[in-house]
Amino acid sequence: MWVLRFVLARLLQAVPVLLGVTLVAFLAIHLVPGDPVRIMLQGRASDAAVAEIYGRLGMDQPLLVQYARFVGHAVSGDLGTSIIQRAPVGSIVWERLVPSVFLLVYATVLSVLLAVPLAVWAAARRQRVADHLIRLAGTVSFAMPSFWIGLILILFFGLTLKWFPIAGFGKGFGGHVHHLFLPALTIALFLGPLLVQSLRAAMLEAMTAEHVEVARAKGLSESRILFKYVLRAAAIPVITILAVNIGWLISGSVIVESVFSVAGLGMLLVHAVSTRDYPVIQGLTVVFALLVLGVNLLADLAYALIDKRVRT
Amino acid sequence: MSTAPASPAPAPASGRLRAELSRWSPSLRIGLGLLASIVLAGLFAPWLTPYDPLRQDYGAALLSPGPAHWFGTDSIGRDIFTRALYAIRTDLVIGFWTTYVPMLVGVLLGAWAGLKRGWFDAVLMRVIDTALAFPFLVLIIVILAILGPGTHNIYIAVFLVGWTMYARLARSEMLVEASKDYVLAARTLGYPTWRILLRHALPNIINSSIVFSMSDFVLNILLVSGLSFLGLGVPAPTPEWGAMVAEGKDFMQQAWWISTLPGLMIVITGVALALVGDGLTYRLGDRHVTGH
Repeated sequence: MWVLRFVLARLLQAVPVLLGVTLVAFLAIHLVPGDPVRIMLQGRASDAAVAEIYGRLGMDQPLLVQYARFVGHAVSGDLGTSIIQRAPVGSIVWERLVPSVFLLVYATVLSVLLAVPLAVWAAARRQRVADHLIRLAGTVSFAMPSFWIGLILILFFGLTLKWFPIAGFGKGFGGHVHHLFLPALTIALFLGPLLVQSLRAAMLEAMTAEHVEVARAKGLSESRILFKYVLRAAAIPVITILAVNIGWLISGSVIVESVFSVAGLGMLLVHAVSTRDYPVIQGLTVVFALLVLGVNLLADLAYALIDKRVRT
Repeated sequence: MSTAPASPAPAPASGRLRAELSRWSPSLRIGLGLLASIVLAGLFAPWLTPYDPLRQDYGAALLSPGPAHWFGTDSIGRDIFTRALYAIRTDLVIGFWTTYVPMLVGVLLGAWAGLKRGWFDAVLMRVIDTALAFPFLVLIIVILAILGPGTHNIYIAVFLVGWTMYARLARSEMLVEASKDYVLAARTLGYPTWRILLRHALPNIINSSIVFSMSDFVLNILLVSGLSFLGLGVPAPTPEWGAMVAEGKDFMQQAWWISTLPGLMIVITGVALALVGDGLTYRLGDRHVTGH
């Protein structure tokens, strides 16, 4: 029961932000300098066609009416109609959502698998050679542009060794896992260092906590302590860092999807911008913000599950 | 700086400099050294290479790296080392302005909101919450979709969005600072808010933003090169690292150097900035950056 109340309360708090998000998406078409419809049609259209699209988009109405209609339609799941693809934006976006979410989850799992052992190792040998090397590797990894390291992974693992496909989404779960390995690894290479850094700090803090000192005094081995107490204490920082960085994660996936030709939301966005398909851009703006807000809600829910005091 | 602790007895200038230098960590020294070399290489690019960054030479297309062309040549025969050097100017200049203009605006707005509170604070926080609900790159791409691609519009897009992180950081620092005795004292004396903000509180809250600005600088260079890679950023034929990587992506198998070597410049620049940031964290004793 508390879960429902908790979620409802958070959703109510999110109302001003949701209004702001829809306002930004709405303005995306109205702030275009000049005539957005003529720009969309790139000057090829007759006056009658332009007038028809104005009517279809409802752009002949007053601004406030248009905004109210936009929000009303968005709430009922109607995100408008693509000018270029002549299909509902909602269904276009829905089709592209699966590869993107698969990639995001996959990249997160890979980052955690990569970061936890490295952070444990760095914390256990702090201020020694291994710690400094992991830190340096993280700095370099973080500074690597994802479009660049993606191309290098394609050249090495895709074209030379032929271990992994270099484009597409594949068929079936196994196919997805195989096709998206290199894109997910590319994202993990910049998310991983952030995780390692905060995990290492959290574990160092946990290592000096009182109950751990007691366990140490009782004569438990360092490795027992590490796995029994310290790793558990590090779970919350992992959730936090993933939730805080979901925006960066999605930003990265936009570029990575373009490099690896994964037909997800990011590629759709880049394509919609180059064809000036404003209804699709508007719809994606809302969907991306909902993804970020949804992940933050899930993270809040996870805290509440772990720590009863958060359940207000 | 009425709040600064009593300074030690004035030392001769050279002694003070030596004392300051002795407080620099190895990562600050290495980072600043690398950064200075990169900046100098960008400034003196015309003297460091005999080639023109824009001149095409089809007779010399797709040459692999060698004594004549250190980084090889691209598909239309331009010298990649030359273009990578000139691109230092493009990327560092855009990176600098897209970092420090938003920092200036964000710190002032956030500090003002944290000191004054009230409706200004409430409105500002809602705007920031909304901006941060979007993935940063998505918001920038949407703004570029409205304004059209290009360097000029990248500045506008980042100026519109980039200040929010700094404003949030400065506001949270200011909330702590606002309850301290020296701010209360200044208020009791009837100093105007802007004076308390600029003369008294700002020196105490600016450090965390300076430290954050170093990783922000890296992220902005990655952003600009990423946008250029997608074809939304710096237009051809201006030398820019991300655009150079994009130009080589269809030649990865026969000419790996076209994409790989300009990308390496981004990595080196990013590492230099990260090392400086790391060193500044120690030097300024910032308490918000964990990991130590």
